[in-house]
Amino acid sequence: MTERDLIVVGGGPAGIAAAIAAAENGVKDILLLERDQYLGGILNQCIHTGFGIEYFKEVLTGPEYADRFVKKVRSIKEIEVSLKSFVVRLTPDKTLTYLRPGLMQVDKAKAIIMATGCRERTREMIHIPGTRPAGIFSAGLAQKLINIEGLLPGNEVVIVGSGDIGLIMARRFTLEGAKVKAVIEIQKKTRGLVRNVVQCLEDFDIPLYFNHKISRLYGKNRVEAVDIVEVDDDFNEKPGTKSRVTCDTVLISVGLISENELIEMAGVKLDRKTNSPVTNELNKTSIPGLFVCGNSFKVYDIVDSVTRDSIIAGKLAAEYIRSLK
Amino acid sequence: MKSYDVLIVGGGVVGAAILRELSHYKLRIALLEKEEELAFGVSKSNSGIIHPGTQNPAGSLKGRLCVQGNRLTRKITRELGVDFKEVGELIVAFNEDEVKKLLELKKEAETLGVPRIEIVNKTWLRKHEPNLNKDVIAALYAPTAGIVSPYRLVYDNAENACRNGAEIHTLSKVVNIKKTKKGFEVFTASDIFSARYLVNAAGLFADEISKMAGVDDFRIKPRKGEEFLLDKKKENLTNHLIFPLPTKVSKGILIIKTADGNPMIGPTAVDTEDKEDLATSDEGFRKVFSAAKKLVPSINENDIVAYFAGLRPAVGHDFIIRHEDKVPGFVNVAGIQSPGLTSAPAIALMVRNILKRNGLYFRRKFFFHAHRKKTMHLFAIPLEKTKKLIRKNHSYGDVVCRCEMVSSKEIRDAIHRGAKTMDGVKFRTRAQAGRCHGTFCTTRIMKMLAEENGKPLTAVTKKGPGSEIVKKDKTRD
Ligand SMILES: Cc1cc2nc3c(=O)[nH]c(=O)nc-3n(C[C@H](O)[C@H](O)[C@H](O)COP(=O)(O)OP(=O)(O)OC[C@H]3O[C@@H](n4cnc5c(N)ncnc54)[C@H](O)[C@@H]3O)c2cc1C
Ligand SMILES: Cc1cc2nc3c(=O)[nH]c(=O)nc-3n(C[C@H](O)[C@H](O)[C@H](O)COP(=O)(O)OP(=O)(O)OC[C@H]3O[C@@H](n4cnc5c(N)ncnc54)[C@H](O)[C@@H]3O)c2cc1C
Repeated sequence: MTERDLIVVGGGPAGIAAAIAAAENGVKDILLLERDQYLGGILNQCIHTGFGIEYFKEVLTGPEYADRFVKKVRSIKEIEVSLKSFVVRLTPDKTLTYLRPGLMQVDKAKAIIMATGCRERTREMIHIPGTRPAGIFSAGLAQKLINIEGLLPGNEVVIVGSGDIGLIMARRFTLEGAKVKAVIEIQKKTRGLVRNVVQCLEDFDIPLYFNHKISRLYGKNRVEAVDIVEVDDDFNEKPGTKSRVTCDTVLISVGLISENELIEMAGVKLDRKTNSPVTNELNKTSIPGLFVCGNSFKVYDIVDSVTRDSIIAGKLAAEYIRSLK
Repeated sequence: MKSYDVLIVGGGVVGAAILRELSHYKLRIALLEKEEELAFGVSKSNSGIIHPGTQNPAGSLKGRLCVQGNRLTRKITRELGVDFKEVGELIVAFNEDEVKKLLELKKEAETLGVPRIEIVNKTWLRKHEPNLNKDVIAALYAPTAGIVSPYRLVYDNAENACRNGAEIHTLSKVVNIKKTKKGFEVFTASDIFSARYLVNAAGLFADEISKMAGVDDFRIKPRKGEEFLLDKKKENLTNHLIFPLPTKVSKGILIIKTADGNPMIGPTAVDTEDKEDLATSDEGFRKVFSAAKKLVPSINENDIVAYFAGLRPAVGHDFIIRHEDKVPGFVNVAGIQSPGLTSAPAIALMVRNILKRNGLYFRRKFFFHAHRKKTMHLFAIPLEKTKKLIRKNHSYGDVVCRCEMVSSKEIRDAIHRGAKTMDGVKFRTRAQAGRCHGTFCTTRIMKMLAEENGKPLTAVTKKGPGSEIVKKDKTRD
């Protein structure tokens, strides 16, 4: 077992910003653990522009935004970066276990910052009845398939949910030559940015249906069609409004929830709905010296705010470590 | 034309159990399965319970085979290295009338030879099953009820049978059967197989196979069951399998423990016409949750991580397992609804005896490899052991599926052992079966399948031809 001053879990924008801020505030021995083979987190697959407007006052793509921080973190000698390092256990005494090809390591730290990001809500969580064929994707997975792997998931798409990721994927699919037949939103208005509705849907004549939901999904091997139905204010189906739309792909973009199974394992209480830690103070948990930042603390709209708040997490950890001496 | 002593149609738990049983003997045997992998029929969507034998009519064939199957499953899972957990079941009663029914069930079960059953009272229940509805006043406790992973049982039976010389042909849908002097000619789209004996274990389609062979006297009536899986975090929701009192058509909606830890609730029981109708419904969802909450009030809709439907291949109320004297050499194994998973090894023995009685000569192999090396799952072992494994083989430390903690080593092993599809990988390893449903690991698994099977990414499927994951590879054209 190795002893460290600070361990940061997650090498997305939150973890990177927190590690940098901690180093700048005097922490000398920092380990940054990232599960993937590169730093940058979810930004790597967000090749559209719209990042950095607040923080850098510039319009950047996701990878460009990430790159600025990755370069910086790499240049700070107090920060050791360990990639392909997957944390599997965390205990309340701030000991954690991670796996890496060829190695299982147990480390104890004075302070830990968790920046493990979030995951998408799934089709299962909104209970869409019907079959379970190929062709159902979360928006994030579709984004990864197209932007990182160069694979087109489908040709005729219905998107469930009008959050920003769904809207951006509507445009992406259209640019790739697929037909987006509809975006379905159960609420009265979009959860996404107005600029995205205009730039991603209206400019491409993609219909957006408010107060609608999918009431059934069809297809044995591959998605074949969905039933779309209007709902009232209590989300009950309105009789006589059902129609069938043929498609080979259904994209689920119905929100994000924090990824916090590790701190839960350590005994931190999580909110049942959002999966984020129950606390009144930014980045703090019920365990002194255990901090959470970025999308695992709460789901942010834009990455600029993630960076802003994660810098605070780095400072808090530095203060905490100082206070131990 | 390939020729065999015995051909089995259908690669579910029943076909696989028969294949392994027959592989003990010096026989040329093969199994034909229409899907790309085994266990893609009824055997993938059930409750995974190895029933003790309660809740079956005393004189029934399925009752007898269930009790015997429960016993045999212990031995076979040990040999095959499949986890079998004896968790026990409780059939609960809310009032005195229901307690009377429990006593009747107990008597029936004792006649069938179900071991160690007893009635337990409120105090016992408070202590051993604290989340149970406080209105339950007594329960029938059958400690021999167990749980297994149904698909792993199929895969491991099949793998062991092949090790012992059996053959399996997948993507081999039987479309026609001709009776010949010496036996049968069995046609698939691209092949003809000949065999002296033919065993029909085609699940939902057993009536169609039987008709092809010349016996057209029963119809399979599918009865749908919808089930809902809850988050692994709720593993300790209950300590036992919880049953309400059974109705005429089914065992009712249960609180199930599964082999991998997720609690499950269901199944419904609704007759349907379509043998491929695996859709879930809003009504099913409501029905299951209201019934389950009656048993365990703290169950919560937010904990659902997956759901599915399965079809019970019912013919009347009992199994049909018989040699068809009208078509010598043809054995029907049909109507294998619940408790078919439990009964499978007993059915296999019964089929062996039927074949013997009808002239097939059985000689034991000198060498039978009864044991199979247990498949390694990181999620099932303590971290100390993981540490050693990683040191021996680095890729155990390369975690691909983060929700279920599945390494690239386990996934490659599964592919080497025969997984050809995304679902095949999921059933064998649990990768993609967790909270995020494969959002993070799908692309890596696709690449491993493509690489190991020498196929392009566009040919990777969810569950066989027609279920390709992506439509186009832009980097290639
Ligand atoms: C699909 C998608 C599209 C988006 N589009 C936009 C947009 O257009 N504009 C915008 O401003 N914002 C966008 N966002 C939001 C923005 O990307 C996020 O706010 C930001 O990336 C969050 O940063 P994070 O570091 O908290 O999480 P992440 O970027 O998710 O980073 C978390 C990191 O932790 C690692 N990790 C997780 N668990 C472990 C573990 N156990 N051990 C080791 N490492 C672990 C992960 O591999 C990951 O690299 C989008 C988000 C998503 C999901
Ligand atoms: C909801 C539900 C819950 C259940 N719970 C339990 C339980 O807890 N415990 C228990 O003991 N039992 C349970 N059962 C019953 C159990 O699942 C079945 O009895 C068992 O899986 C049947 O296995 P099988 O091999 O006969 O059928 P299947 O698994 O369906 O196998 C038949 C195979 O034949 C193939 N096939 C069909 N036609 C052809 C053809 N023409 N050519 C080639 N191949 C063909 C199919 O593709 C299929 O793979 C449950 C069933 C359901 C539906």
